[in-house]
Amino acid sequence: MLQHVFNGLVGGSFLALVALGLAVIFGMLRVVNFAHGAIYMLGAFGALALTGEAFWAALVVVPVGLGLLGMVLERTVVNRLARLDPLYNFLLTFGLTLVLQDLVKWRYGVQSSPYPTPAGLGGSVDFGLFDFPAYRVFVLVVAAIVCFGVWFLLSRTRLGLIVRACTERPELSAALGVNVGRWVTPVFGFGVALAGLAGVLAAPMRAVHPLMGADLIIVVFAVVVIGGLGSIFGSVAAAFAIGVLQALSEAYLDSALVSQILVYVVMAAVLLWRPSGLFGREESPA
Amino acid sequence: MTESSALVAQEMAEAERPGPEPRGSALRRNARWLLLAAAVVFALWLPFGLYPAVAVEILCWALFAVAIDLLLGYVGLMSFGHAAFWGTSAYATGLVAIHWGLPFPLAVLCGALTATVLAVPIGYLAVKRTGIYFAMVTLAFAQMIYVVANKWSSLTGGENGLQSVPRAITDNFYFYYAALPIVFGGLFLAWRIVHSPFGRVLVAIRDNPSRARALGYAVHRYKLMAFMLSAFLAGLGGGLFAMGHRFVSLETLHWTTSGKAVIIVVLGGIGTLWGGPLGAAAIVRLEDWLSFSGFEQIGLVTGGIFVLTVLLFRRGVWGTLFKRR
Repeated sequence: MLQHVFNGLVGGSFLALVALGLAVIFGMLRVVNFAHGAIYMLGAFGALALTGEAFWAALVVVPVGLGLLGMVLERTVVNRLARLDPLYNFLLTFGLTLVLQDLVKWRYGVQSSPYPTPAGLGGSVDFGLFDFPAYRVFVLVVAAIVCFGVWFLLSRTRLGLIVRACTERPELSAALGVNVGRWVTPVFGFGVALAGLAGVLAAPMRAVHPLMGADLIIVVFAVVVIGGLGSIFGSVAAAFAIGVLQALSEAYLDSALVSQILVYVVMAAVLLWRPSGLFGREESPA
Repeated sequence: MTESSALVAQEMAEAERPGPEPRGSALRRNARWLLLAAAVVFALWLPFGLYPAVAVEILCWALFAVAIDLLLGYVGLMSFGHAAFWGTSAYATGLVAIHWGLPFPLAVLCGALTATVLAVPIGYLAVKRTGIYFAMVTLAFAQMIYVVANKWSSLTGGENGLQSVPRAITDNFYFYYAALPIVFGGLFLAWRIVHSPFGRVLVAIRDNPSRARALGYAVHRYKLMAFMLSAFLAGLGGGLFAMGHRFVSLETLHWTTSGKAVIIVVLGGIGTLWGGPLGAAAIVRLEDWLSFSGFEQIGLVTGGIFVLTVLLFRRGVWGTLFKRR
């Protein structure tokens, strides 16, 4: 039981990091970045490109690199659509997803590439009752630190205060002398970097494949609908909860179908019961 | 869809202007009939100019695009999960043709009705959200249908799909002309919906949901009705697609299929009805040409074109060419 919960939390870590990036970007720009799945995939391929020995370097270099790419994208294209209906940016990032996926397919083909478990994390950690693979413990710890760090940054620091102010009342913040536009690009880059980090972490555990992000992003969409995209806490909590539920259903119901459609069933239930998400705020009717 | 909605609102204001008809409107009406006649002639000529199989495919995607545009252009709801209806109808059409031996128009109708039934629960839940959430929710539900179809291989054939769907008209050239009346019927249905009082209410809901609600319209119910009609049209297209290929694959349910249809709509022009068939012809022809010339990264090209369209020609081909600002 405990073991399955743990595995679920590890699976939820990937969902949480991607959902967190999505929620941070949405909070600041009102943009849902469809390309987040593709960025996750690029993160994994980035780790692959730097070869297995350099996992620790990849853990830093790849997210930073992708974050910079995200900032460039924000400056060059996303920004141009900022004044329009957010759906246009959804469409734009969908187009970018197709382009990025096919570029990677072109270069690496469609078969999965293996990635060795990084040196130093090959063994297992003894928790008394169970042994857990060290790498999975590492993933969970990193995800927990990052999620906590983002929460701390947003709710307990001056930087977070400014970002939250820009998110909630952009006009008022601007009137009070905050340069709102200055924060948009770094926040977008940061959200993208989180997806990249999730991708690097996923490389040793999951098959590295050009379509690995496409399947993930749809689950993440369901997760953020469950948690309420406007709420960063809700998105992360829903991600871990779905991870655990998936692992438990897989272990006890012995049905791949149930564990795979579970997230959508939960989403349907949430839409029925609380359409704005478990932790989301009521939308304006428009 | 701020731009297109402003556009349609302006057009509606023009259409509803009281008093004597503005000068030149008779000419414009004639031009419209000429355009329609030209389109019909073009549709009749199409299988002479292209491979008939490609022509059939254009018909299917044209219906699919119009189905999505009915929601996107006239209700302001962007469904990113219409593959659920297209693919479900494709499977249902294939299954009734294989197991019951129904002739193809009846099989397609069965498929489209199945899609409409599926649209009831999905639509009921999805219309509780709007905007970007609507897109995500429909996408997620479509993925659920995809997973179910993948696992339920005793019915759907799983990864192998439905093989050798029977069809009386084996030659694609003649099948095109057999399919054409169904497609015209679907397009006429869409045109009727848009120009009916029901369609006007949809546009009112799109432009100002609060006011529509205040006027006593049951907004959710109208949206659900539009969603079901859209699913029916997508189902007609999907059923024809199954019959046209005589084969149904899981790809018909995949999110890339939904995405391709949305690309077609935006490229053709949101909220124009003409844009759907135009975009379908362009994209299907382009993809056929790309795969014929051995280029496998089709997503690179269509995705790139789409990015440029969204950045530079948001009004689409039809909107840019034929709609005044």
